[in-house]
Amino acid sequence: MSDHSAEHAEPTIKTFNLVWVALLFFTAIEVFLAYIQLEPVTMLTILVGLSVIKAALIIAYFMHLKFERFSLFLTLFPMLIFCILLLFIWMPDSHRALTMRPPQ
Amino acid sequence: MSEVKAAAMDSVWDGGVSPYGVNSKKFGMWLFIISDALTFSALLVTYTYLRLATPNWPLPFHFSPSIVFSTVMTAFLLTSSLTMVMAVHSMARGDRKKTVLWLLATMFCGATFCGLHLTEWRHLMVEEKVTPLSNPWGEPLFGATFFGITGLHMTHVAIGVIYLGIIAFAVSRGKFKHEDVEVSGLYWHFVDLVWMFVFPLVYLMSVKG
Repeated sequence: MSDHSAEHAEPTIKTFNLVWVALLFFTAIEVFLAYIQLEPVTMLTILVGLSVIKAALIIAYFMHLKFERFSLFLTLFPMLIFCILLLFIWMPDSHRALTMRPPQ
Repeated sequence: MSEVKAAAMDSVWDGGVSPYGVNSKKFGMWLFIISDALTFSALLVTYTYLRLATPNWPLPFHFSPSIVFSTVMTAFLLTSSLTMVMAVHSMARGDRKKTVLWLLATMFCGATFCGLHLTEWRHLMVEEKVTPLSNPWGEPLFGATFFGITGLHMTHVAIGVIYLGIIAFAVSRGKFKHEDVEVSGLYWHFVDLVWMFVFPLVYLMSVKG
């Protein structure tokens, strides 16, 4: 596939099965957290953290990016992550939005 | 594939005519996926913003049956990703018959996901009286964001099922190469990936306390 495939071993069916089990396992943890009901902020942090891990597993193994040339990753992902972080610039406003409204 | 690699190897610098070492179809799909990821990111960030900015955001989902139901949907989507990987794997070895079977399994899981999702929508609309513009709990934005995000995702799944159907049909007739199946796989995994964020943010964070 790429020059990197010579260095990394190509994923086998066993790898795919392991990734699938890991994804189901992380999902189970998430559902369990929803069942026991933690503080919203703690819960949100853990859920998003687990989701990022799951997304990374899908991208690296199922979408094969780990076995592509590194330049493909560098072209696509730093930009995406930077743009997503930029979206959070407005987030602090959400706490102030109610008090920022002009009096009626 | 091999000519792409050969072109990259022949070049003076580690790039040449094929700096990424992938064919143009695959690179095009990656670019589409990144732009689509930004669309979903914007929707999910906006949803989070609205939730934080709105006191008394409705928490309508009971653990049973709503969360159990959506967990089953998640399991179907995750399994469809595994069957898709198997389809790409079979196609790499030139086994078209197995590829078609795995693609059909993927389509089945995707279609089941859509079916379960629509059942849930029907339940919300008919029994809980939630619409995109109003709901009995007071905050109308709930319906707009819920149906907006899950609706766009379900549209992606439905398009994916049709896309895989076309690929499966062509592969069964001896057309298309490994790269075509691989590119459709990229799209399918992306749809799965988006759900990995929609499920916790829209469902798990809205369980009735």
